[in-house]
Amino acid sequence: MSELTYREAVREAMCEAMRADERVFLMGEDVGRYGGCYGVSMGMLEEFGDERVRDTPLAESGFTGAGIGAAMGGMRPIVELMTVNFSLLALDQIMNTAATVRHMSGGQFGVPIVIRMATGAGKQLAAQHSHSLEGWYAHIPGLKVVAPATIEDARGMLQAALDDPDPVLIFENVMLYNSKGEVGDPSSIRLEGAAVRRPGADLSLFTYGGSLPKALAAAEQLSAEGVEVEVVDLRCLRPLDDTTIVASVSKTRRALIVDEGWRSGSLSAEISARIMEQAFWSLDAPVERLCSAEVPIPYAKHMEAASIPQVESIVATARAMCISA
Amino acid sequence: MTNPNALRIGRDLSLNLLAQMVRIRRFEDKCAELYTQEKIRGFLHLYDGEEAVAVGIIPNLEAQDAVVATYREHGHALVRGVPMTSILAEMLGKQTGCSRGRGGSMHLFDNATRFYGGNAIVGGGLPMAVGLALAAKMAGREEVVVCFFGEGAVAEGEFHESLNLAQLWQLPVLFVCENNGYAMGTALARSESEIDLVKKAESYEVHAQSVDGMDVIAVTLAARDAVAQVRAGQGPVFLECKTYRFRAHSMFDAQKYRDKAEVEEWRQRGPIVRFQNWLLESHVIHQSDIDEIEARVAAEIDTAQAAAEAAPFESVEQLYEHVYGVGSDV
Amino acid sequence: MSLFRMPSLGSDMESATLIEWLAAPGDQIRRGDLIAVVETDKGAIEIEVFEDGVLERYLVALDSEVAVGEPLAEIRTGSATLDKIPQPVGATESSSKEKDVGAAPVISEPAASPVPPLSQDAQRVSPAARQLAAELGLDTRTLQGSGPAGAVVYADVQAAAGQPASMQEAAIEDPAAKMRRAIAAAMARAKREIPHYYLSTTVDVEAAIQWLAQANEQKPPAERILAPALFIKATALALSKYGEFNGAFADDTYTASPRINVGVAIAIRGGGLVAPAIHDTDQLSLDQVMAGLRDLTQRVRAGRYRASEFRDPTVTITSLGDRGVESVFGIIHPPQVACIGFGKVVERPWSMPDRSIASRHTVSISLSADHRVSDGRRGALLLNTIAELLNNPQQL
Repeated sequence: MSELTYREAVREAMCEAMRADERVFLMGEDVGRYGGCYGVSMGMLEEFGDERVRDTPLAESGFTGAGIGAAMGGMRPIVELMTVNFSLLALDQIMNTAATVRHMSGGQFGVPIVIRMATGAGKQLAAQHSHSLEGWYAHIPGLKVVAPATIEDARGMLQAALDDPDPVLIFENVMLYNSKGEVGDPSSIRLEGAAVRRPGADLSLFTYGGSLPKALAAAEQLSAEGVEVEVVDLRCLRPLDDTTIVASVSKTRRALIVDEGWRSGSLSAEISARIMEQAFWSLDAPVERLCSAEVPIPYAKHMEAASIPQVESIVATARAMCISA
Repeated sequence: MTNPNALRIGRDLSLNLLAQMVRIRRFEDKCAELYTQEKIRGFLHLYDGEEAVAVGIIPNLEAQDAVVATYREHGHALVRGVPMTSILAEMLGKQTGCSRGRGGSMHLFDNATRFYGGNAIVGGGLPMAVGLALAAKMAGREEVVVCFFGEGAVAEGEFHESLNLAQLWQLPVLFVCENNGYAMGTALARSESEIDLVKKAESYEVHAQSVDGMDVIAVTLAARDAVAQVRAGQGPVFLECKTYRFRAHSMFDAQKYRDKAEVEEWRQRGPIVRFQNWLLESHVIHQSDIDEIEARVAAEIDTAQAAAEAAPFESVEQLYEHVYGVGSDV
Repeated sequence: MSLFRMPSLGSDMESATLIEWLAAPGDQIRRGDLIAVVETDKGAIEIEVFEDGVLERYLVALDSEVAVGEPLAEIRTGSATLDKIPQPVGATESSSKEKDVGAAPVISEPAASPVPPLSQDAQRVSPAARQLAAELGLDTRTLQGSGPAGAVVYADVQAAAGQPASMQEAAIEDPAAKMRRAIAAAMARAKREIPHYYLSTTVDVEAAIQWLAQANEQKPPAERILAPALFIKATALALSKYGEFNGAFADDTYTASPRINVGVAIAIRGGGLVAPAIHDTDQLSLDQVMAGLRDLTQRVRAGRYRASEFRDPTVTITSLGDRGVESVFGIIHPPQVACIGFGKVVERPWSMPDRSIASRHTVSISLSADHRVSDGRRGALLLNTIAELLNNPQQL
């Protein structure tokens, strides 16, 4: 078993895929000579050449649409949109072409494209560079949306995504790139399904992506206080794993969702609704949500920290749910 | 009428071109009728007046080539070989439609003829065409991707991004701009600071040409050269076809943005009437040929209508199919 | 002859106003000719005709608003008789049919993952029901659920407490007030609907009291029999002879009950009254009756009793006990038809058979009964029977 950083895991996954299948190629801004904005594709241009590691102009709609066309034309492109913030320029292609072609054509054409995007706040990059829009994309039928939070998933989900006949959006939280861990067996990694990262009896905590390490740290603290939190990594945000969610809540009777998106109309609202619909009778208390404050993410460090879920706020919320005053 | 070059426009080719244009015209007419009877619903965008573009270009393609079009794509689909019955059934929302009734008039797709739609987003098909061409080039396949769009699309960023990418990567795309003067209700001069479309393409170093889109022979000749150039791997080509739309943008359009006199004037220069008259005057064809074409087309349309109307609707139970592919857990 | 109808030009077009004819009756018209101009929300649009023929006559006047699909003109076509509107063959899709298809049955979502089955003991209780049950001191486990998936819902708790299921709920009210309100409603209804008549008699129970004292000498305190147990047993036995006081009156019909389940009125701490049943009281021994009484009292005070215990008393006994007064006339609990009341056991001067005066333990027994089912003569017989039974305590 080897230990890799998250970015190394993604790189290794892409290299392995490209070595094994000529149809796979990487396309995006600065993925080639620059080595990737977050260094993920460092060294890949040297190995695969500029046909298969393509630097694109700053034309998100154009090159995402091109990736979609290439997928329809038989290739297996990995399109890297530098961040979810810039993906908005490609939203029309993602939503109106990638997500719809199969359905609009009555099943004749599929779009087996993988789109990777960095996401999340925490680096004081301010409002236009700190979005978490996984929930928005998870709203769209025709797409699959995943958020690998562990090294294992970062390593293994890419191939599962490439094998999938439909568009898969992979969200990589910027705060995770430096994290380190065991790679495990990538071939065992499924695209869909949630995972219980830490079992517990008192509270189910559902989260994804960059919030997972915070949730685990919070669970550790709470355990010392006698509260055992079950931390569930959602992994795949569309489709959601209702079975695991309901099983967990049925056991613990309390649910807290930690979501770095803004609260209103967020993915956490969807999960809360599903828990209400499917596990209502098991609940001992209302479902709670811890999300980003409804402000454009500010620049100053303390303000940014106050805007997104943190270990402290997770602990405080969970504690209040489990320990009566 | 332009002077034909060395290519001899024989009787067979002429009849073929004329018949295809008439076929489109009568088909669109039938669609209008069915629409007023509420059998076709949603939006309907008809091709009257622009037939020479589809008919002049698409027959120059091979089976392995790909076609990307817009919401005004009935003519393109017909010429490409998508069966008339399946097109009509699609517009009636039937299961036997080329898109199983899921798409309607604006989303005709056909795998067998590599017809990639049918797109309701202006400019939305250009990046897709670039991608299809990219796939062909990377896989070493000799394919041409033809991308049809209106002049309204040149205002969209995707037009610029796509031309740039195609030229940068030397991709086999033939960009065909059907300049009919109006983007829905907005004349070109009111929306573009530079209305010379060839100039725009050339600014991306793309080989560009403008042709009289009402002249099916001129279009044919230009297309033959353009397709050959693209197929030879010499990069993308931009072909502007100056044409005109005789009907409204869509059925529910009072056309307040243009004079009736202007429409009338263009009708006199219409592709069918000009070509037909020229052929008659040159004694290449006779009135009986025209009658025969009309009769054949009318019969084909009647048959297609009957079949489409008799076809079943998809069962509502199948609603969730064709959202995700087979082999997916969803 | 065929009809030229107002065309649909868009899905949000419902009608248009005919503002100009472009052809006149008698004109030859051909497919594609413009025949009229109509004013729509988007402006004036010229409409075309799709067949060849002669315009026969107008069917509507200028400036009339015409709905899509309605006839505007008659056209004489080549064919003499047939209406030329193309008849669809096979599967008809006239617009109404299309609307039918369009108004498809709601497709439920692909089945969400099944809810894991609750463990056998796990019961579904809604939060609202839980809250009300807590206020009323009810054990939800004893309740039947009428909600989704058999869940116990608010109304079930209300019903268990004898409250009519009503839309109004006291927002912030103390439980005692809630209970009094519920009782008030029930009693008011009883008084409204049931024609009560009342009888009472005072009975010498010296023998019973003496017998009790003796019987209790050998019993540990926890098992001692109290006078109310005697009263209950005696009444139960008496009722087996007079069925018109033990049953249910509903839908204008009285049904005597084969079982005698005596409902015992028990006060709840904090105010309020419940009357759960001791089942088959006539079959029980005195010890068993006492045990049942003790059990019910304890459980009521602790707030743990079964809803069924409220629903099947066939008659009610109210006994004021030591702290009460000499007599009590209860209000009948519908659907029952009688309520027997026992006052305080008091010592009073009594005329003996030999006409001497002695101090005797006496108790006043009352009957409130439903005059639709019984009358005073029968009531008197019942009370006298109870009195006789009490004077033979060893038979109880």
